[in-house]
Amino acid sequence: MAADSASSGSADFFFKGESARNTRGLLRLIILCTIAAAAVASRLFSVIRFESIIHEFDPWFNFRATKYLVQHGFADFWDWFDDRTWHPLGRVTGGTLYPGLMVTSGAIYHALRFLTFPVDIRNICVLLAPGFSGLTAFASYLLTSEMSTSPSAGLLAAIFMGIAPGYISRSVAGSYDNEAIAIFLLVFTFYLWIKAVKVGSIMWGGLTALFYGYMVSAWGGYVFITNLLPLHAFVLICMGRFSPRLYVSYTTWYALGTLASMQIPFVGFLPIRSSEHMSSLGVFGLIQLVGIAEWVRYQLPSKQFQSLLRWMVVLVFGGGLGGLVLLTLSGTIAPWTGRFYSLWDTGYAKIHIPIIASVSEHQPTAWPAFFFDLNMLIWLFPAGVYMCFRELKDEQVFVVIYAVLASYFSGVMVRLMLTLTPIVCVAAAIALSQILDTYMLASAPDETGTQANGSANGSTNIKDKLTTATDSLRSTKSPLVGIYSYLSKSVITGAVTAYLLLFVLHCTWVTSNAYSSPSVVLASRMPDGSQHIIDDYREAYYWLRQNTEQNAKIMSWWDYGYQIGGMADRPTLVDNNTWNNTHIATVGKAMSSREEVSWPIMRQHEVDYVLVVFGGLLGYSGDDINKFLWMVRIAEGIWPDEVKERDFFTARGEYRVDDQATDTMKNSLMYKMSYYNYNSLFPAGQAQDRVRGSRLPAQGPELSTLDEAFTSENWIIRIYKVKKPDNLGRTLQDATSFEKGNKRKKSGKRKGARVLRVE
Amino acid sequence: MAPKKNAAASPSPAAVPPSAAKPTAAVTSASGTPTKAANKPSTKDIRNAQDMQEIAVGMWNNYVDKTPQRVKLLDAFLVFLMTVGMWQFVYCVIAGNFPFNAFLSGFSATVGQFVLTVSLRIQTNPENKADFESISHERAFADFIFGSMILHFFCVNFIN
Repeated sequence: MAADSASSGSADFFFKGESARNTRGLLRLIILCTIAAAAVASRLFSVIRFESIIHEFDPWFNFRATKYLVQHGFADFWDWFDDRTWHPLGRVTGGTLYPGLMVTSGAIYHALRFLTFPVDIRNICVLLAPGFSGLTAFASYLLTSEMSTSPSAGLLAAIFMGIAPGYISRSVAGSYDNEAIAIFLLVFTFYLWIKAVKVGSIMWGGLTALFYGYMVSAWGGYVFITNLLPLHAFVLICMGRFSPRLYVSYTTWYALGTLASMQIPFVGFLPIRSSEHMSSLGVFGLIQLVGIAEWVRYQLPSKQFQSLLRWMVVLVFGGGLGGLVLLTLSGTIAPWTGRFYSLWDTGYAKIHIPIIASVSEHQPTAWPAFFFDLNMLIWLFPAGVYMCFRELKDEQVFVVIYAVLASYFSGVMVRLMLTLTPIVCVAAAIALSQILDTYMLASAPDETGTQANGSANGSTNIKDKLTTATDSLRSTKSPLVGIYSYLSKSVITGAVTAYLLLFVLHCTWVTSNAYSSPSVVLASRMPDGSQHIIDDYREAYYWLRQNTEQNAKIMSWWDYGYQIGGMADRPTLVDNNTWNNTHIATVGKAMSSREEVSWPIMRQHEVDYVLVVFGGLLGYSGDDINKFLWMVRIAEGIWPDEVKERDFFTARGEYRVDDQATDTMKNSLMYKMSYYNYNSLFPAGQAQDRVRGSRLPAQGPELSTLDEAFTSENWIIRIYKVKKPDNLGRTLQDATSFEKGNKRKKSGKRKGARVLRVE
Repeated sequence: MAPKKNAAASPSPAAVPPSAAKPTAAVTSASGTPTKAANKPSTKDIRNAQDMQEIAVGMWNNYVDKTPQRVKLLDAFLVFLMTVGMWQFVYCVIAGNFPFNAFLSGFSATVGQFVLTVSLRIQTNPENKADFESISHERAFADFIFGSMILHFFCVNFIN
């Protein structure tokens, strides 16, 4: 007994009063740190399974740019003209990238060097995304704490954000992409904005602008913020909730944030020129007018003022819209870009801009993806939004707007799932914390205190209680809502805990199975279950680095441009920065035409080597033959007379590679390069393509303008050398056929004289 | 401010008919030059066409008497900024916007400073006390300095 009272005394010390607040603060901090650690740890699968390596495609460019920044310094990086990409055009890289990511890791690198930590820049780049995911968890804690009074909501949001696969998909270790820091900046900017609207101080508005500027420097998705904040302000004004706080925060954000965004060379004058940014300018003007109107009304409390205001708003809005349309038509303001249209009409991109449609992450989202990426959060999400409707203050309005917009956009494009994830985490945390707060309290509601305590384990008393509850519900207007029995409490709490545990299981499973593959290194399972690493990409790129000239130009489809630049360090014709559609179409045309057409194109562009990815031997489905139709489509967009998509399909409309394939298909450079010599691997007539699942023609394709230079271990990468023009001025086709004839006649001697006679 | 809003809102429907024709006339002046000076006479215009000048003078006296000295200082600064901004705009229209960076940063500097000063004026205005409980006058001024420093840093950086 004595020990019991002593422990309760110490418990009182920890759970009540001033020291309790400190205890709770400390606990909260520890929990947040643990969450951040969990967020970082769950992203390390790829490093553990494979190695510390940069993933996929775009990260390789970012990595290369970061290395350039670290080597040459900031000023050179800013003015960087890169002549090793887009040969022969080159690229003004310093002015056409979002420098935030590189500058961030460069700063971290120099800071660590300054502290005498000898860190490799690659390791910083690999671990940047996991590191920032910890910060994102913290930012979503802050954001949710602004939304909800419940103490658990913020922590739940933090852990959801930390391990939700929707966010992990873009932030595993090694995925060194803009989104790695951009999502943190997105969430944190929103937090600062909410804070600014609540407090109405210039400081918070200014900080919002600063982080908005940082966001602009990091990711093209900043346009989402540019439109969401004005929309929030506009909706608040329309709801009649204009307040001086809103004026202060919005105008400060807009004036400073727009200037900040214009500092980035890639953005430049866009904020005043392009239509995507006009809504924020319009709301800026509107809020000025509303502010003046409020002020005038304050000076003159006139009765006619309301109608005057109404007229003014309508007129100004109409005038502004008309002016916008006029300016757009006259060309002062750039019209909406194609990417923007494709957000509203999902079929738009495929017709007008195949280059956008060809990217797999721009495809519309399939509905199972929502469950895959968000699991139980997706069904808690509407509940959370509903909770926000119940208590509709300024910040809850923000959640509602964000939720509506983001769920629409995430349905349009797979990659925009990323912007939906934060709000889903916030809303789900609000909903779940409500449940937990209601059910996890051990003590029963106050009013029927003694009764509830008595009925803790007797379910018969519930009916009595219900009747008293309904009585009081009728008599008093405020209904007494509460959970009395421990049974229901424990059932619900148990169910929620089980769901949470399942959620963690699901997230870990998804992360380890779906999102942790570097895609530069492939993994497969041997029959005995052990892991087998397929490292063809690096093998081939390393071959290029070792065996070709420093300035040998490599032609490949644009997907591999960044990797060739980053790993092989050779100039490329096109890469993943798809700024010049015509140039890409040229490569597409070279790939999809006959050799006689392709060879002059390649010679004109000084191509030395051609690289194709072929998965037929291994069953690797992301190869060039599967992407081939996009090359054809993009080329057809520029040369509709010379390249026709229809010619690549059989009469029955099938895309085939076997002996039923059309002549155009069989004669295309891509087909020939992919299947050249492939027959030799198999017994005669047995050659099989394991991706398409079809048997290849007995006679393999012949190449006359290219020489096979290298084929990787599993045939994933094949590199061909472009032949120089024939010494004797013949076409290469003639030369090849001649050589074949020659070889046959080699058994009978004296070839020199015959050559002369032929000439 | 909230109760006053309601008080002003409730009688307004009754007052609409007499003014139905006039708002358009008032609006042209209000939207053309959305300044305080332009709005005052126009609202007066609706009520009573006569002696507009007298009322304006009364308003002015009212303003001079009631407004604290500090706020007047801010207002003078605002008028100055507005004049500068208008001159910049007129210059841009007449003489062209050739160093567009320079024009843009100059114009945004005036607009931004105007907005920040208005924010300071709002925050220090005793009538808005309810909205800004947590912000003392000193804090508001410090915020104002902070915002201005960011603004001018960006402007100088952008001016080329």
